[in-house]
Amino acid sequence: MKYVTEYRDAALVKGVIEEIRRTVTRPWTMMEICGGQTHAIVRHGIDQLLPPEIELVHGPGCPVCVTPLELIDKALAIASHPDVIFCSYGDMLRVPGSGHDLFSVKAQGGDVRVVYSPLDAVALAQQNPDKQVVFFAIGFETTAPANVMSVLQAQRLGLKNFSILVSHVRVPPAIQAILSSPHNRVQGFLLAGHVCAVMGYWEYPPLVEKFNIPMVVTGFEPLDIVQGILQAVQLLEAGEVEVANAYSRAVTFEGLKPAQDAINKVFMECDRKWRGIGMIPMSGWDLRPEFDEFNAEKRFDVESIQAEESPLCIAGQILQGLKKPHDCSAFGKECTPERPLGATMVSSEGACAAYYKYKG
Amino acid sequence: MCLGVPGKIVEIYERGGLKMAKVDFGGIFREACLDYVPDAKVGEYCIIHVGFAISVVSESEAMETLDLLKQISNIEEELGG
Ligand code: SF4
Repeated sequence: MKYVTEYRDAALVKGVIEEIRRTVTRPWTMMEICGGQTHAIVRHGIDQLLPPEIELVHGPGCPVCVTPLELIDKALAIASHPDVIFCSYGDMLRVPGSGHDLFSVKAQGGDVRVVYSPLDAVALAQQNPDKQVVFFAIGFETTAPANVMSVLQAQRLGLKNFSILVSHVRVPPAIQAILSSPHNRVQGFLLAGHVCAVMGYWEYPPLVEKFNIPMVVTGFEPLDIVQGILQAVQLLEAGEVEVANAYSRAVTFEGLKPAQDAINKVFMECDRKWRGIGMIPMSGWDLRPEFDEFNAEKRFDVESIQAEESPLCIAGQILQGLKKPHDCSAFGKECTPERPLGATMVSSEGACAAYYKYKG
Repeated sequence: MCLGVPGKIVEIYERGGLKMAKVDFGGIFREACLDYVPDAKVGEYCIIHVGFAISVVSESEAMETLDLLKQISNIEEELGG
């Protein structure tokens, strides 16, 4: 496959890793912010191939992992309504809420469906005028263009039976929170390539300046990842702080303007709780009041639901790069992908699930 | 869910007021919305994420990067690595 195969070329990956080895002179800790990259790094064993000076810590960039428990409980409450068709991206179905998960709602007769695109949920609303169709709009900046389009399209079609349950998070405030922590160890960031495809990377220079640390826009194939690491090491060794772009075939500084416009039309910034981490100010998006009629939280009156986390799970510290999955006493024992305690064990992009699958 | 994948646009059409495309992912075909990449053309590659094109892949940037990385790897061979 073009733009995939050539970026998995083992000889090239090895060559770039050798260059990293030649460049590095002392220890550096960097964080890949995106769960997709965590998965690729662990799957291809990139962390094992790197020189020992370089430590990769895994970031909070898995939307399934950081969706707060009470949002899942709200989803469960809505999905249990008899006249609701509840639509979600597949990975959310097994994420445990306080009591159960969306799968068990489905097993008990709830109409829960996996959709590939939010437009599929809009089509379901058109085909089922006597049902309420609710879409679980989770994600980072990457899913936002698709999710807001479902609202704009439902509005255009005059649909009265479509709404979305929003749990949107943004990368820059998360980076700000990680770097502001007194326990922070991260000295360089690999930025999430597809977040930057949508948003560009104009939001990052102020962060680079404020915290005096380099960042590199990085793609998802093994060659992309080692290239991102190489550029980060080059910047760190040279003492240069800037945002570099190691994914220029897909990312421009400005990003995707039409998508940013659509997001700004439908969403506004809001405080958002991150599962395992807690509240991060202005770190999320929510529907603007003009779009209240498409707001499932208001339509189903679930705004007041609250929830408590399992005390065993240290996913919050893992998501902030402070701990690794093996540090968790429940890892592989009380907590496995079949019986996950925390969300980082559910999603294949979660650090715990990736370690379980590839590192046992 | 969060992985975007590059695919080749093989057909562009309109549906329900949206610019849509048939996209080829190495022999598997899926539909994607092109509303955010209005200039994308048949034959070009896009990164598709949850049914939406979020980037048109730049052939020239891709070539440039690969050349650079090949250079880095060749230097390695010359040094006998
Ligand atoms: S192994 Fe399970 S319980 Fe431990 S941090 Fe990961 S998800 Fe939480």
